[in-house]
Amino acid sequence: MEHASPEAIKKHVRTYVIVFVSLMALTVITVAISYLHLDVTAAVIVAMFIATIKGSLVASYFMHLISEKKLIVLALILTAVFFIALMALPLLGYHDTIG
Amino acid sequence: MQIPFTVAARPDTGLHNAKLGIWLFLASEVMLFGALFSSYILLRVAAPEWPHGSTLLNVPLATLNTVILISSSVTMVMSWASLMLKDFAKYKHYMGLTILCGLLFLLVKGFEYGAKFSHGIMPGEDLFYATYFTLTGLHGLHVVGGIVVNFYFWGPGSKMWQTEPQRFTNRIEVAGLYWHFVDLVWIFLFPTLYLL
Repeated sequence: MEHASPEAIKKHVRTYVIVFVSLMALTVITVAISYLHLDVTAAVIVAMFIATIKGSLVASYFMHLISEKKLIVLALILTAVFFIALMALPLLGYHDTIG
Repeated sequence: MQIPFTVAARPDTGLHNAKLGIWLFLASEVMLFGALFSSYILLRVAAPEWPHGSTLLNVPLATLNTVILISSSVTMVMSWASLMLKDFAKYKHYMGLTILCGLLFLLVKGFEYGAKFSHGIMPGEDLFYATYFTLTGLHGLHVVGGIVVNFYFWGPGSKMWQTEPQRFTNRIEVAGLYWHFVDLVWIFLFPTLYLL
């Protein structure tokens, strides 16, 4: 990325605009769906699904992860493993019925 | 002391040091917010009842703040792209807009907090408000930190463009990575607290 040509950067800028419009549309969709008053499980799944798409767009394009060096991707895979373990902790507690 | 590999990539990592540094910092930030999210899930699942966020919080204001923060991410990445295109005036313009969006976000957040405080609702009100103020408060502090750094690079720190343009461009990229992360956290906080 450090030595990208002006043409490549201009192409990036067009991508940023498309990502921006997508993020705005997804924000409207998230809020609109919340007014449908789905049951809690469905609402959580839909809201987190849309948030994950939005987050992936930000990480991939604004943070350039899509074309980032292997070392950073590896560090983030390791982070993701620990993050998932962290999210699973409450579930372990929830299913722990002993006592 | 000379800091090595601020511009050239380190041969073994293929990255300049600041880039690797910020990503490792962001990894630690994922765990910080992850721990709070995990605690939130545990508290919510274990609670006998939990109010729907929209019944207590201002969804239109939070939606506005989402729009503001996403816009600021775009202006941030545009400020970096402007430097890549050697257009310093445009950089100043976009970085200025990023700072303004950050301040606007805080203003709206302050308005939301103020409305709660004026009704006597403090973080200790109940479990819902305790988690709301903790999560949004920590996120708000991150916004403040980002604004301070961005302001430095917009003002006095931008002198580096005259002497070391590539190093300055790298600095903006790294500051941008942090700012996008703050946006990313809000993308998850908004539906979690306000819409579920």
